[in-house]
Amino acid sequence: MTERRFMRVRHDMPPGHVRTPAYLRGKTGWIERTLGPFPNPEERAYRHEGTPLPLMRVRFTMAEVWGEAAETPTDTIDAEIYAHWLEPAEAPHAP
Amino acid sequence: MTDAPTTFTGRRWHDMGGQLAGPVPTDEHDFALWEKRVDALLVITSSQGHFTVDGLRRVLEDMGEEAFETMTYYERWIASINQNLIEAGVYSTAELARKMSDIAARGPTYGEAASD
Repeated sequence: MTERRFMRVRHDMPPGHVRTPAYLRGKTGWIERTLGPFPNPEERAYRHEGTPLPLMRVRFTMAEVWGEAAETPTDTIDAEIYAHWLEPAEAPHAP
Repeated sequence: MTDAPTTFTGRRWHDMGGQLAGPVPTDEHDFALWEKRVDALLVITSSQGHFTVDGLRRVLEDMGEEAFETMTYYERWIASINQNLIEAGVYSTAELARKMSDIAARGPTYGEAASD
């Protein structure tokens, strides 16, 4: 198994059209695969062409997303997040 | 983000993922003819390049929570399609106003007759 590349979702809360769900902002997961590039929908929403961006399928543990409230902490959820929302990170402490 | 200092920051109203919700309604339902027309209008106008589904979503989100509570799904869609077409310059608000007056002058039963 190749080493996991951990990424943290930026904890930005801008007004306007964005494609990263609020409940994942600030959370850390690992790259499951890279998709795209696709034109940035956050620019296309405002009638611009859209900069081509990689779209990352990021895998989070329930423990990372929900903390103590997670019923099944080692289950995972995948979310596809555009590259400009992600920053390299250390592995989270959660399992 | 309960500590958000203003309404300008924090989770936006439509961003409901991960929040508590009631049971999911699974009832089947049919669509009215006008709803199918709204759907067709989106396909036609977006395939002609006037706007994208991203633009549709942007306007739906900016309409706010009150519209979500008071308007039906396709009522919100036609409002968003209309705004996107005006922004794209397909027609002006003045042209829209004249067309709406023309159609209103046909009488209240015109749409029903055309639906049969």
